[in-house]
Amino acid sequence: MATAALPHSAHPATTTGLDHRKVAIWAFIGSECMLFASLISTYLIYKGRSVTGPFPHEWYCPDTHVPTFCPGESAGHIVHSMKPILNIPVTSQSTFVLLMSSLAMVLALAAVENKDKPLPPNPGLGTRILSSSKLWLLMTAAMGTTFLGYQAFEFTSFVHEGLTIRSNLFGSSFFTLTGFHGAHVTAGVLWLLTLLAIDVKRGLGPKDALIVDISALYWHFVDVVWIAIFTLVYLIR
Amino acid sequence: MATAAVSPSYVPTESYESGVWSWLTTVDHKRIGALYMYTALVWFAVGGLEALIMRIQLQGPNGHVVSAETFNQLFTMHGTTMIFLVVMPLSAAFFNFLIPLQIGARDVAFPRLNAFSYWVFLAGGLFMNTGWLVGAAPNGGWFGYTPLTTYTYSPGLNIDFWLLGLQILGVSSLAAAFNFITTIINMRAPGMHLMRLPMFTWMAFIVQFLLVLAFPVITIALVFLQFDRFFGTNFYATAAGADPLLWQHLFWVFGHPEVYILILPAFGLTSEILPTFSRKPLFGYPVMVYSGMLIAFLGFGVWAHHMFAVGMGAIADSVFAVTTMLIAIPTGVKIFNWIFTMVGGNLRFTVAMKFAISLVGLFVIGGVSGVMHASPPADLQQTDTYFIVAHFHYVLVAGSLMGLWAGIYYYFPKISGRMLDERLGNWHFWLFFIGVNLTFMPMHWSGLYGMPRRIYQYDAGQGWEIFNLMSSIGAYIQAVSVILGFWNIWRSRTHGKIAGNDPWGAPSLEWSIPSPAPVYNFAVIPTVTSRYPLWDLKSPELSRGTLHDRGEQHIEQPERVQTAEELGIPMPYPTIKPLLVALFMTLMLSSLLFIHKDKMPFAVVGILLCAMAMTVSLYSWLTAPLEPEHQH
Repeated sequence: MATAALPHSAHPATTTGLDHRKVAIWAFIGSECMLFASLISTYLIYKGRSVTGPFPHEWYCPDTHVPTFCPGESAGHIVHSMKPILNIPVTSQSTFVLLMSSLAMVLALAAVENKDKPLPPNPGLGTRILSSSKLWLLMTAAMGTTFLGYQAFEFTSFVHEGLTIRSNLFGSSFFTLTGFHGAHVTAGVLWLLTLLAIDVKRGLGPKDALIVDISALYWHFVDVVWIAIFTLVYLIR
Repeated sequence: MATAAVSPSYVPTESYESGVWSWLTTVDHKRIGALYMYTALVWFAVGGLEALIMRIQLQGPNGHVVSAETFNQLFTMHGTTMIFLVVMPLSAAFFNFLIPLQIGARDVAFPRLNAFSYWVFLAGGLFMNTGWLVGAAPNGGWFGYTPLTTYTYSPGLNIDFWLLGLQILGVSSLAAAFNFITTIINMRAPGMHLMRLPMFTWMAFIVQFLLVLAFPVITIALVFLQFDRFFGTNFYATAAGADPLLWQHLFWVFGHPEVYILILPAFGLTSEILPTFSRKPLFGYPVMVYSGMLIAFLGFGVWAHHMFAVGMGAIADSVFAVTTMLIAIPTGVKIFNWIFTMVGGNLRFTVAMKFAISLVGLFVIGGVSGVMHASPPADLQQTDTYFIVAHFHYVLVAGSLMGLWAGIYYYFPKISGRMLDERLGNWHFWLFFIGVNLTFMPMHWSGLYGMPRRIYQYDAGQGWEIFNLMSSIGAYIQAVSVILGFWNIWRSRTHGKIAGNDPWGAPSLEWSIPSPAPVYNFAVIPTVTSRYPLWDLKSPELSRGTLHDRGEQHIEQPERVQTAEELGIPMPYPTIKPLLVALFMTLMLSSLLFIHKDKMPFAVVGILLCAMAMTVSLYSWLTAPLEPEHQH
C-alpha cells in the first residue's frame, strides 16, 4: 500500500448530501403507497357489494340474508340479528396506541441523536427518561405489539361473529387490507427490536442516528397508512 | 482510522478473476450486468423457440403439431418470457452496466442488493419454467384474466406457477429500481447535473419510477388471485358480488406503464447511438427528457384502452381514447428529434446504427396502429385479432428488441473489450429486419380479415392462409438471424477485434475508460463540464453550441490497467449472501405451491424453514461490512 491518503481512496460525498439509504427508503415508501392504494381502493370498490353478511356497519339478518333486522325485530328487541361487525370504540383505542407509538419513535430518535450531549448537572427523572433511547425504542415496539394484540383480538372476535376471509367480499377485502397493514407493523416491530438489541449490545449514538431515522420513517409511514384505513374503513359509513 | 501502511482490513478483490465462485459472489455492477445479459439471451432462445412452435402450427390451416392445451401454454409462456425474462432483464443488463459508467460512479448505491436482484430474477425465471417440466406450464395468457385463472376454471398448478413466478420477479424489479433511483440521484460525478445526464440514463431513471409505482399494483392483483385460489377469498368471485373487471383494471394499471418500462430503455439506447454515428449532438436534448417524462406520466392514465371491448360506457371510453391519443405526441416528438439528429450529420452505418435507425422507422408503424385502436369504434373491430398482435410486436420486437440489439452491438466492446464482427452483424441485422417485417406485417391483414388471437387452428378458405404462411416464413428467417447474432457474440468474446477505450468516437463518460472497464471503473472520478465530455476533449467542434462551463477534463490512458489495490480504491467484498437470501425467498414462495388441500402441513413447514433460513442470511448480510473501512 503506497500512501496513507490517496485523494481518490476516500469515497466521494453523495450528490445530494443525503445518505443512500435515506434516498432508497423514500423510493420504497413511494412504492408502498401504491401497494396500499391498491388495497384500499379495492376495499372501497367492494364496499356495499357483498351479497351475504355480516356487514361492516349494518345489522344483518342471517335468516333472510338482508342487511337489516330480522322480521319482527327492532333495535330494542333482538333475537336473531347480528350486530354490525366493526367495533369503533375498541379500534379507537388501538389507533390511539399506534399514534402514540409514533411519538415514542420521535423521542427514541431524539435520544439517539443527543446521546453525546452531556446531561445537565443533577438531571431530574424526566430528563433521564427522555434521554434513554432504549426505553423509547422498547416503548415503540411495545405499543406496536399492543396494536397487533388488538388486531388479533379483533380478528378472532370477527371470526366468532361469523366473518372470515371467505365469508363475503367485505371479509376478503377487510382481512387482506388490515392483514397487510398488520404484517407491516410486525416487520416494523422486528426492526425496532433489532435496533434495541444493537442499543443494548453496544449502545446507539449520534453516528447511528441515520439507521434509527430510517426505521422511524418506515414506522411513521405505517402509522399514516393506518390513519387512512381507520378513517376510510371504520369511520366513514 | 488505520493508515494505509498498516491496513490489515484491506482485502483487495480482483473481480476479473475467473471461476464459478467468483460469479456467484460478485457484487460488481458490470459482472451483474453481464449475467443479466447472458441469462436474458438464454431465455430469449427459449421464448423464441416457443414462438417458432406456434408459427409451425399456424403455418397452414388445421395444423396439428401441438394440442390446444399445449398451444395455450406456448402463447402464455412466450408472452410472459419475452416480457419478464427477456426485454426487462436485457434492459436491466444495460441499467446495471451503464448507469454507473455514464454518471461517473464506481458502482451502484447498493452493490449487494444489486446481486440480490439478479439472483431473484434467475430464480424466478427458473421457477416459472419449472411448469414445463411437470407438464403444467402457465396457460392463462400473459395477462391472466379472471375468472379464467381462478381455481374453479383453472384448478391445475399452471396458474400457480405463473402467479408465484411473477411475484418473485416483481421483487427483483423493485429491489433493482430502488437501487438505480438512489444511484442516479446520489452518485453522479461532480458537474453531472441532471440535465447533463446521458439520455440512456435519463430514460432508465424514468423507467425506475414506473417500476416503483406500477409493480405494487400487480403485486396486489396477484395477491388477490393467490388468496382466491389458495384460501377461498372472493376477490374475483362474481357470484359473491365481485366486480368482473377488478382484475383487468388492476392488471392494466400495471400493464400499460409496463409497456413503457419495456420501450423507454430502447429509446435511451437509440438516443446514445444516433448522435455518435451522426457526429452530432442529440437534437433537442431537453425536449427528449421532458417527452420521456410525459410519456411516463400519461402512461398511468391510459390503462383502460385495453378494455374498450368490455363495455365501460361512452364517457370512460372517450376519456381513455383521448389520453391514449395524447401519448402519441411526446412519442412523435422523440421520433422527429431522432430524425433531426441525423439530418445533416456525418452518418456512419455500423450495425448498431442500422438497428437504431430501424427502431426509429419501424416503431412508427407500431405507433400508428396504436393510434388506430386508441379509437374505441376502430378498436372494437380490431381487439383480440391478429391486428393487435401485429401492433404490439411492432412496438416490442421492431421497437424494444431492435433497440436492445443496437445496444448490444454498440456496448459489447465496453462489456468485453472486443468488437462484435460487423460482417456477421450485417447478416444478423438484415435477416432480422426482413424477418421481423415478414412476420408481423402480414398479421395486420390476417387480423383485419378477422383472424382471432390465441386460436391454435384455423380452417382453410377464410383468406388467412397466405398471411400465416408469410408470418411463419418470417419467423424462420428471424430464427436464423438470431442464431447468427448469438454466434457473433459467442465468437467475438474471444476472437473479436480489440476495441480500445473509444472505438466509436462517442461523447459520454463510459468511453473515457479502458475496455473492458476496470473493476473500479474510474481511477479518478471525472469532473463533468458538459453533456458531451469526450467530444469537448477530442473533437470540440462537435459539441459547439451546446452548453458547457470551463473546467478540466480527464481521460484515462494508462500504460496498463492498474488494479484497485494499486490505486488504493476500496472495493466491496464479494459475498454469497445475496444469493442465499434470493434462494431461500424463492423456495419460501415456491412452498406455496403445496398449499392446496392435503399438502398443507408440508407447505407450512417449508415456508417456516425457508423463512428462518432467509432471515438468518439476511441478518448476516446486513451485519457484514460492505467494503474495507475508508482510509482517510
